[in-house]
Amino acid sequence: MVKLSLTEKQMLDGKFGKGTQTAMKIQVAIAEAFDAPYMVPISRAHVALSNQEADLWFVEKLVSQGAKCKIRPTVNPSFNWEQMSQITSLSSEDVDIVRRTDNAYKKIGALMTYDCTPYLQLNVPKVNDVISYSESSATPFVNSVYGAKTNRESAQSALCAAVTGVVPYYGYLMKENRKGEILVNVLAKMDSDFDFQLLGYVLPLKIGFKIPVFNFINKEEKRNFSNASLMNLGAQMNTSGNVAIYHILGYTPEASTLEDAFQSSKVPEEVDITQEDLDSVRDKISAPIGKIDFALFGCPHLTFEQIERVTKIIAGKKLAVPLFIMSSDPTMRLCEQMGVLKTIEEAGGNIISNTCMDQPCWKFLYGKKGVTDSPKCAYYTKRRKMEFVITDLENATYSALEGEVTSDRKKQFV
Amino acid sequence: MTEKSNLFKCHKISEGKTSGEVLFSKDGICFYLIDPESGVVIERNHSLFGKSIANKILVFPNGTGSSVVQADGMYQLKMHNMGPKAMIVENADTTLVASSIIMEIPLVDKVDSNFNENVKNKDILEVNAIEGEIKLVQKGE
Repeated sequence: MVKLSLTEKQMLDGKFGKGTQTAMKIQVAIAEAFDAPYMVPISRAHVALSNQEADLWFVEKLVSQGAKCKIRPTVNPSFNWEQMSQITSLSSEDVDIVRRTDNAYKKIGALMTYDCTPYLQLNVPKVNDVISYSESSATPFVNSVYGAKTNRESAQSALCAAVTGVVPYYGYLMKENRKGEILVNVLAKMDSDFDFQLLGYVLPLKIGFKIPVFNFINKEEKRNFSNASLMNLGAQMNTSGNVAIYHILGYTPEASTLEDAFQSSKVPEEVDITQEDLDSVRDKISAPIGKIDFALFGCPHLTFEQIERVTKIIAGKKLAVPLFIMSSDPTMRLCEQMGVLKTIEEAGGNIISNTCMDQPCWKFLYGKKGVTDSPKCAYYTKRRKMEFVITDLENATYSALEGEVTSDRKKQFV
Repeated sequence: MTEKSNLFKCHKISEGKTSGEVLFSKDGICFYLIDPESGVVIERNHSLFGKSIANKILVFPNGTGSSVVQADGMYQLKMHNMGPKAMIVENADTTLVASSIIMEIPLVDKVDSNFNENVKNKDILEVNAIEGEIKLVQKGE
């Protein structure tokens, strides 16, 4: 039985209102499920808002019971109805659900950041901070790259934690559960951020959900990883699998040496990942190359650097198919400030802020074929009957200019 | 068959008591990639592709999928009465645990090791996720 402090007991008994009581009840059940001995306070939270039915149902339930967040969380994107209504006609039910969700989260005290990469901008934890982060691509980033401590929370469990200000002490909050379980020797050169997408996707298929310690043997820069590459790695490991933390030998804070990473002088298991492994997974998950109807980037939200790379390719040209780049609002404003947004719009493209690909605002693309750089984007939109060719960001951009994905387009333009 | 192999101890995660037909999945389950109106798995390359999990006692190794879609998939299945009656999992993760507690679907783990030898698809089980017990009530074939 989990041991509660006096305040936590009072929360459970309803002394802080019914909403807080509901949240604490759920957290106690989670604590019991994982045999957590007690609760610990959190300093940050991120809630994977989605305005899907379960999300709206749960947040409205807590709000109706008077819950208020003790730790104000940042939130995931839904869709930007003001921007999207200029591109397509939105159904009033869909807009209504977005507004209701917005309203409920504001009432409960969330910060309406609408971004799936909060760890890069508005919610950045420090090493050893105990936090509650949902969003499966955010959890591995904060655990692995920053050395903060969170379990792989669901949207609802993170919201409960934001309300009570505590989480059960178990899982990845404990040092011994964060140790590496397998040494992954990456033999591929890993020249592009896209290679990290493929690596992230293929790894769980090969080794299951063990905590990997990456050794990038043939990567030229061993101490320089772009935000996008690490973001991609974590996002894809949690699409084909369920991996809340990873280590990079000689780079991430808990892996300065092999002994550090494995918390032992012994490496329990080893595996090699080759360029062929990466190529084979792409062939398996991508739609066949050929003509496309649109390009959709930003799952997770593109960084400014990524948007700049796209912009360089399309500057002064005309896109053959619509291009939608999803990013955070601060990134979009930076693009506006820097003139990047204007260049994209002149080519016929769009930056959409606060928006996720897994939202009903993309109905006008259902049944069509697009190009993306994200396996995660292709995976979750299966339910929405969208088909994607998956290729690197540069090639995907060239494809949007031509209206067709060919295998080796890059060379024609260099 | 002895009485002993009809009864399996387990660890309660999400409370409840129910009975139904058992369905094993070799692969992890992403509830979002199950059609909420029929309970049919729509994920290609999945061992249950094309099969319905509706009202089954679902036995699977782990959950897969993002922190959002697991809860929503489960919620929609439940709203259409197409969800699993109970779930028996090998490796429980936070998302699966939180979703089943909130959606009030019974979930257990740490089942006796002889469970897999004694229980097959189509058998009828009684899952008591209050006491932490699973009973094999009837063999399928």
